[in-house]
Amino acid sequence: MSGNSFYGPLHDPAGDAGYTEHPPRVGFFTDTSVCIGCKACEVACKEWNDVPVSGEGDGFNLLGMSFDNTGNLGANSWRHVAFIEQTGKPPVDLGMPEITRQTVEMVGELPDFRWLMASDVCKHCTHAGCLDVCPTGALFRTEFSTVVVQQDICNGCGYCVSGCPYGVIERREGDGRAWKCTLCYDRLHDGLEPACAKACPTDSIQFGVLDELRERAAQRVQTLHDRGVTEARLYGESPDDGVGGDGAFFLLLDEPEVYGLPPDPVVPTRDAGAMWRFAGMAASALVGIAVSAFIGRG
Amino acid sequence: MPREKTAVPPAEFRSYYGRQILKTPVWNWMIAAYLFSGGLSAGCALLAAGADLTGRPDLRRVSRLGALASLLASMYFLVGDLGRPERFHHMLRVAKPSSPMSMGTWILSGYGVGAGSAGAVELMPRRLRRSRLGALLTWAARPAGLEAAAVAPGVASYTAVLLSQTAVPAWHEAHPYLPFVFTGSAAASGAGFGMLAAPVSQTGPARRMAVAGAVLEVAASRTMERKLGLVAEAYTTGRPHTLRKWSEILTVTGAVGAVVSGNRRWAVAASGAALLAGSALQRFGVFEAGVASTKDPKYVVIPQRERLNQRQTAAAQR
Repeated sequence: MSGNSFYGPLHDPAGDAGYTEHPPRVGFFTDTSVCIGCKACEVACKEWNDVPVSGEGDGFNLLGMSFDNTGNLGANSWRHVAFIEQTGKPPVDLGMPEITRQTVEMVGELPDFRWLMASDVCKHCTHAGCLDVCPTGALFRTEFSTVVVQQDICNGCGYCVSGCPYGVIERREGDGRAWKCTLCYDRLHDGLEPACAKACPTDSIQFGVLDELRERAAQRVQTLHDRGVTEARLYGESPDDGVGGDGAFFLLLDEPEVYGLPPDPVVPTRDAGAMWRFAGMAASALVGIAVSAFIGRG
Repeated sequence: MPREKTAVPPAEFRSYYGRQILKTPVWNWMIAAYLFSGGLSAGCALLAAGADLTGRPDLRRVSRLGALASLLASMYFLVGDLGRPERFHHMLRVAKPSSPMSMGTWILSGYGVGAGSAGAVELMPRRLRRSRLGALLTWAARPAGLEAAAVAPGVASYTAVLLSQTAVPAWHEAHPYLPFVFTGSAAASGAGFGMLAAPVSQTGPARRMAVAGAVLEVAASRTMERKLGLVAEAYTTGRPHTLRKWSEILTVTGAVGAVVSGNRRWAVAASGAALLAGSALQRFGVFEAGVASTKDPKYVVIPQRERLNQRQTAAAQR
């Protein structure tokens, strides 16, 4: 435990959680500028982790939101690819492999809209709201500084669902327990990268040691800015943000809310001290009310 | 003036197909009911302890029984709302200060020992009461009841922290006000129960407690609506608004009734019933306001975007 156990920059979440010797913190850098929306990550995740069908019934639900029929992250969707079609924005050359100016010319005129595609995932926050509020200890910080639910402990109280400022973790219908991305905890133990990163054909999902990913991401943003893509920005990489930085962070080409991400999430635990102080004052008021009620006759 | 002109224009914000960002709480009506029954139990326990110490045996008896009954109801609601009710005891694996639910589990356990014992003694059959064991238990009821009363303010107020330490905008932003709404509501409901169930001659303290509790609840509730900014809309529109409006009407009616009913048994009882109903509606209203605030992305995007923009402007000026 250190001064910043619940809020603020914290370099070593696993160490803070009590691991004396542990591997370096790992995570994802999801570079959405090279995402092609193939959903291989969603499929690989489901296959490896044996995640049930998403959505109602057989799962074949057309949501009418571009090519997105998964909708959102949840108990049964641990990767979610968002699709945004924006008109009036000409596409820019992002330095994607194989796409040269010649091949674009061969297919004709450039369209006047662009695709934004982004594979969302649990952020494995430095200060995880879900983990903080879990009353059973089912949610825990792993030696890799990721956040995982122990399914043999979870009793389905649902507090984590409301504790997450990103709306990631969810209680599974018919099962009653909370589920989310484990960052393939089992694969990490065997020295393998998580299934989604392994399956990603464009390396939009990059797995690695978090410090290295942050360096790589900063370089990528610089490269894109140099090429004129000034709207490229990182989301969740800063240890100074409201959750102390995400273990899984993103390169976005528009505001976070356009992708369904909260613009400035804060771990609810930040205000816990103030909350208990107000509760203490209110409790004292109640004592005062009760005592004064018995003063006087009648 | 036409209605459209008085209304605040809808705020502009961007989102992903208008979809909600946060997850809607999975808790159902049982958690709202628990907020009420837990507060009621705490209010009753305080009333019972006071009645015990000031020699009001009838008020003591009904209040202890009220505390016991609402405690049992609370436990039923809490276990019933779990996704895996048979694993309810997993709550007792850890004591975790960062989790208000874990703290609440231990507060409620500590409270339950006293409130449960004191209530059970009131239920003891007369024959058992005359035995030596019965005498011992009857003697123990007072310390048990006092222990319950000592923990009761924690029971009544921790539930506000429970709701506020979430990402749910209407609950989180309300954290300076919710504890006062909840303890006021607990006092009003406990007192209301005493007024409903005890003989009129012994309801004096309950009636004073009802008035003070109702004043605290209504004042805190109104302050909350005024100070919350955008997220106040979750409280002041739709079903949460209807529930809380009726809560206020019933609570104020009950408090006025507590003052003016005199010795009319029916009037005191009706005022007590109004206070109970008012407290229950308050809890359901607050609960539903939170649920509503997760369903509309504006409660997430607009305040966070404003916060970001302010920070960026401040950074640019530096």
